[in-house]
Amino acid sequence: MSKAKYLGIMVKVYSVTRNIYASKIKFRLGFMSLIVILLLGFVVSFFAPMDPRRIYAVPKDLPPSIEHPLGTSTMGRDVFWELCASIRNSMVIALMTALIASHIGLFIGLIAGIKGGTLDRILMFMTDTFIIIPGLPLLMVVITVLKQWITLPLLGALISIVSWPWPARQVRAMVLSLRERTFIYTAMLSGMGMAKVLLREIMPYLLGWHLINFTNTILFAIGMETGLGILGLSVLGENTLGVMIYWALNQYFALYRGMFLWIGTPIVASTFIFISFYLTSMGLSEYFHPRMK
Amino acid sequence: MDTKFLLQVEKVSKVFGYGFLGRIKFRAVDSVSLYKEDEPKILTIAGESGCGKTTLARIILGFLEPSEGAVMYKSRDIHRLKPKERLWFRREVQAIFQDPYETFNPMRKVDAYLYEAAKNLLELKNPGEASECVGEGLEFMGLSLKDVEGKHPSEFSGGQLQRMSIARALLPKPRLIVADEPVSMIDASMRMNIINIFKELREKLGISFIYITHDLATAFYVSNDIGIMYRGSMVEEGPAEKVLLERHHPYTKALVTSLPQPGKRVEWLKRTRASGMEIKEFLAPGCKYANICPQNFEKCMKERPPMFTVKGVKVACWLYEGQ
Amino acid sequence: MELILKARDLEGGYTLQFPFQGSTQASQEYIDAVSNVSIELYRDEVFGIAGESGCGKTTLIKILYGYINPPLTLKQGSVELYAEGEKPIEISSLGLEEHQRRVWWKRISYIPQASMNILNPTMRIRDHFAEMLKIHMGMGKEEAYPKAQEYAESMGLPRDALRAFPHQLSGGMRQRAVIAMAVLLKPELVLADEPSSALDVITQRTALTFLKDVQRGLGNTLVLVTHDMGIQAVLTDRIAIMYAGKIIEIGETAGIFEKPLHPYTRALIDSLPRLGDKSQRTGLGGQPPDLRRPPAGCRFHPRCAYSMDVCNREDPQLLEKRDGRHVACWLYA
Repeated sequence: MSKAKYLGIMVKVYSVTRNIYASKIKFRLGFMSLIVILLLGFVVSFFAPMDPRRIYAVPKDLPPSIEHPLGTSTMGRDVFWELCASIRNSMVIALMTALIASHIGLFIGLIAGIKGGTLDRILMFMTDTFIIIPGLPLLMVVITVLKQWITLPLLGALISIVSWPWPARQVRAMVLSLRERTFIYTAMLSGMGMAKVLLREIMPYLLGWHLINFTNTILFAIGMETGLGILGLSVLGENTLGVMIYWALNQYFALYRGMFLWIGTPIVASTFIFISFYLTSMGLSEYFHPRMK
Repeated sequence: MDTKFLLQVEKVSKVFGYGFLGRIKFRAVDSVSLYKEDEPKILTIAGESGCGKTTLARIILGFLEPSEGAVMYKSRDIHRLKPKERLWFRREVQAIFQDPYETFNPMRKVDAYLYEAAKNLLELKNPGEASECVGEGLEFMGLSLKDVEGKHPSEFSGGQLQRMSIARALLPKPRLIVADEPVSMIDASMRMNIINIFKELREKLGISFIYITHDLATAFYVSNDIGIMYRGSMVEEGPAEKVLLERHHPYTKALVTSLPQPGKRVEWLKRTRASGMEIKEFLAPGCKYANICPQNFEKCMKERPPMFTVKGVKVACWLYEGQ
Repeated sequence: MELILKARDLEGGYTLQFPFQGSTQASQEYIDAVSNVSIELYRDEVFGIAGESGCGKTTLIKILYGYINPPLTLKQGSVELYAEGEKPIEISSLGLEEHQRRVWWKRISYIPQASMNILNPTMRIRDHFAEMLKIHMGMGKEEAYPKAQEYAESMGLPRDALRAFPHQLSGGMRQRAVIAMAVLLKPELVLADEPSSALDVITQRTALTFLKDVQRGLGNTLVLVTHDMGIQAVLTDRIAIMYAGKIIEIGETAGIFEKPLHPYTRALIDSLPRLGDKSQRTGLGGQPPDLRRPPAGCRFHPRCAYSMDVCNREDPQLLEKRDGRHVACWLYA
């Protein structure tokens, strides 16, 4: 792609984002909160004076102070820096999942919708199989088996196994309805081949949805990771939101011991992240698919 | 193979399944045969909604495969063409559609399709040549490239878009254009402009049309030949003036008399029977119109009538047996 | 002829808001859909309102019916309903609620283009009738059901149709049910907005002849709004032709078709293809004007073959000619 075209796309993305930002309150709120979260996770976390993974790096069970804004945990970790690292790592997992799942879903949905026939039936059979199998139990089994090799990216990839089928079905449905529209016939009559029709005629309608789906998948993955974490099936050697809850809740009984900062922080943080992504997604949805009165 | 026919539709049927597991089959197009001579003429396929004319149009354009029968264009089966031949077919046979706002992708610029046609069908890779070609095509329709360039469909009126649609169809210099209800969404005062364009194209450029419509008035005005369809079957066929003025088939008669026209007030206000349950009619063992036909008798309900020839017109009705 | 409705100097249109179109300010635009329209309707007549897309006929009907919801606003004018022996009621000043209570279904009924806009998909047809009887005549359930049945049968609707849900009926049958519902309470005025444009030619004939029979039977007034001049020709007694929000000609149907005066009417009628006539017909050039910025003077002058100097300066008024014909054109001033 030429430099000029690339620049053009960047400018377009910027102006569209500005448009959505200006017009949709939900997006504005969500986006602002997201900025806060991303700053915490990807900028602030690098200034940590210690490695938050190290246990007993600081005196344990301290109340909040200037040195330790959210206090310290029974494992001897500074809660604030642990939080920042957890946000970062949970986001890494979620981004991994979203990148893989939404694009696999898009690809499969496109092929199934446009080709139809036997290929469509095979792909949908696979998709439906995965939709039916309950996600959490499946992941529990898979992760237990792969426990010793589990890393952040790998967990992200595994969660994507249970999140690709839904977008595949949705994209296929959209392609099927778009396929019948008159301008597709016009395109074919103008000599455009199947691939070109997909790219120039159908894709523009899917991009908005795809972005929303990407955002929703991140949402889903954060929730999944948190859930797995509580069960001790996340990446225990790292800091993630789920792992943080795991240690606090299960191993050190923070709830019973009244250590609300330690257990509360990851819960509030994941709720906050969840809501931010949700608002962003809703804002995008209102912009791309305005409801007709 | 008869080479004097431009287009041969040989006993084409299209079966759709519905219901649980798609087991109930109904024939949207039921054993229809049509022959279009290799002369610039306009053949109208007329009928009400649900008669199968749009499905037939899609089959003729190669967008839908027939369940039975075949469509031959210049003696070649259009559903069995090799890729190179398919391009040739696209150049020869073009189409215009009903809704000018749906004919073009609302998210794309309208001229994009004209350029695509120039590039893919005429192989004009040079942008200068392509612009020239597109510009000429638009001018022929009374539009200029300057006014059209870079705009989206929503920025034009229905009439303008339909002209652009015709311009696009004319670019590869086709022999046959299939026009599916091309003026039903255009305001009445501007319809004749488009219809007159078809007349001009037939006379000056020698292009044939298959004009699909439910409006018998415009059909009478512009067609050479006409075929009347009812619930998937062709019920009457022949030269337009004869079919519409002599009205052999009872359905043709009902259709023509139901046309509200100035000066026909008294006849129009007389009572008629409307059609009944549609699906039942599609699946009828005998003549599909028999149920409502005011002249039906026993044979009509049991056996499907073949085409009889009456005074140069083909009619599928038992009333004309042995004539 | 007995007057039943008088609309005076109606001015109405749509106010559209455009938030954030590139700039940071919301902008507003007004579409002048109905401009300076006055109409008189009489008892026992079929009055046609003809015109093409964007001419304002649907807006006019909404104003007459009293269904004025933003973005539609009635800037000026009045609509008066006349009744025997009573003072005329200015219905244009009534709110939506009052309209619902006093006017709709009882005195003025509205038949929309799409029958499904009135029919409740979860109720059987006979229940629709029963509901109306319950609400407007205060009938109890036991009384309403048989009355509804009786009424529907007297209207020629078959038994199975009554028991069916709307989606189970064909379009034509649904439209007949809607027509029957519209005249259940014997309103003086029935407004039909493109009642048959979704129907096939033969079904259309059945539905419209039914509508005409109903009008003849009740002796009330039917306003038929349609762009289809053929339908206007066979059904109406008088027609008003609308263009770009204005009424440009009114008169008896036969007269208008025989000798249309206004150039637009002439173009409209001349462009109608007739079965049996293959002579060349021409359509009108150009496009209807953008009602956000209507042209100065006569709104038709940019497309008129006979436009003169005065036409682009001043808007012609609707003036009465012979035989009850009214024309708004400088050619006849």
